[in-house]
Amino acid sequence: MKRPLKFRLPKGQYWTIGLPYFWLLLFFALPFAIVLKISLSTAAISIPPYESLMTYADESIQIMLNLGNYLLIFDDSLYVQAYLGSLKMAFITTLGCLLIGYPMAYAIARAPKKHQGLLILLVMLPSWTSFLIRVYAWMGLLSNNGVINNFLMWLGVISEPIQMLNTNFAVYIGIIYTYLPFMILPLYATLSQLDGSLLEAASDLGSRSLNTFWKVTLPLSKGGVIAGSMLVFIPVVGEFVIPELLGGPDSLMIGKVLWQEFFNNRDWPVASALAIIMLGLLIIPITLFHRYQAKSMESDL
Amino acid sequence: MSRLSKMSFSTIMLWAGMFFLYAPMLILVIYSFNESKLVTVWGGFSPKWYGELFRDQQILDAVWTSLKVAFFASTMAVVLGTMAAFVMTRFKRSWGKLTLSNMITAPLVMPEVITGLSLLLLFIHMADFLGWPKERGMLTVWIAHSTFCASYVAVVVSARLRELDLSIEEAAQDLGATPLKTFFHITVPMISPSLAAGWLLSFSLSLDDLVIASFTSGPGATTLPMVVFSSVRMGVSPKINALATLIILTVSLIAFICWYLARRSERKNLPPAM
Repeated sequence: MKRPLKFRLPKGQYWTIGLPYFWLLLFFALPFAIVLKISLSTAAISIPPYESLMTYADESIQIMLNLGNYLLIFDDSLYVQAYLGSLKMAFITTLGCLLIGYPMAYAIARAPKKHQGLLILLVMLPSWTSFLIRVYAWMGLLSNNGVINNFLMWLGVISEPIQMLNTNFAVYIGIIYTYLPFMILPLYATLSQLDGSLLEAASDLGSRSLNTFWKVTLPLSKGGVIAGSMLVFIPVVGEFVIPELLGGPDSLMIGKVLWQEFFNNRDWPVASALAIIMLGLLIIPITLFHRYQAKSMESDL
Repeated sequence: MSRLSKMSFSTIMLWAGMFFLYAPMLILVIYSFNESKLVTVWGGFSPKWYGELFRDQQILDAVWTSLKVAFFASTMAVVLGTMAAFVMTRFKRSWGKLTLSNMITAPLVMPEVITGLSLLLLFIHMADFLGWPKERGMLTVWIAHSTFCASYVAVVVSARLRELDLSIEEAAQDLGATPLKTFFHITVPMISPSLAAGWLLSFSLSLDDLVIASFTSGPGATTLPMVVFSSVRMGVSPKINALATLIILTVSLIAFICWYLARRSERKNLPPAM
């Protein structure tokens, strides 16, 4: 990194930077501009189902920006509730993943070095098998005549099944279950690099283990906590599949609403506006994540 | 002693967490051998749902489509991701580099509905203005998957590139190798484990993706998650249990083989390095 590589890749340099740059500009940045554009247009019964922003008539170009979609969203309590529901769901599940994942990551980081690889593999393995199938597994467990209810009835704890599937409870379980590995991985990455001598120093100076944890371990692993939380929080806000399969009519999440607006109501402008507002809500967490990502890249140099 | 009592809480949590992660999948595997059509009532041991699964042409077609898309998407993702990682680690700090690294890491966290929606709208616009792609299908899913998988490859590969000793590459160039030759003869062999890891990761991500594929595919290209999703939405079906078991077994097998190979090569390399 110290040497600016002037002699390297005189012509190839443009290719190396050009191809991924062009690809991402075309397939990642441009699409957002289009979503923004459509969110400002008016829905119409045509193909595609919205009206063009620009009209040319009488030698003048008219650009009509329709803010109606945004006003509609803020006016309709259904959409507002869906946003709030998603944020609440994301917040609670992130906290849940953190509470379960932190001790797990800590235990793995403290395990003998030769076991750490295997333990991390065991944590990550479920997330490589299909995500859909893991959600599906919970459908069988949580349903009224499912394994958990049958087991509880057999124990005699309950006399009739508890309604678990199609409730918010099921959605919480499903989300924590599927996103837990994404919390553990960055936590493990920071915890395993923690300098053990600092912990020793703390205990030599008479700090008790819980105190050491609060004053030394937790502050030093802040980066991992932020990265893991963002890796869970951001995608959960837009989650569609889990509330669709495990949730009931009252588990209102914005990803589900967006999907329905787009595919069922075919209201593309409103769906686009929903996406733009969702992005707006996520700007702060996304920036936080990027800052962590940039910092961890710098510190490795 | 204090170490033991301090560890015990997190160790208990570790095993409880592992139980939480694996119990549902284990139960799924057991119930895939259930004779009964009712998924939750045990009707005796039978492998008959596996037979049913292999007679379901729709599922078999979807498996094939998914495998093809995943193969090409992960290959493209490795090319794009490696180039981006190379730019991120080897090029001077510049405005262009910063934009590139922001764009490549963004899909890591972007909600899938947003990515899917925006790509679909892009393809529709392109069809309007350029006349291409004429209809959405395997090609558009391939583009979408290549894009988001490239992010993961870039992260994995750039971590490895940063660890590499630059002096070897410089020595090769001092001895007259062209940059391209240096890259393929020196850099690629040294980063090949992370290229393989990035490829495998992309492959499994692409196989697993439902939301983005649903937005970007057309009538001709139904991937496996799309078939599973629509059949699961109708209700729980024992055939899906059998399919799930096969997926879980395949993935575990591949993961453990990779882990074993990695550990063995590590051991081989360790003694001289010590």
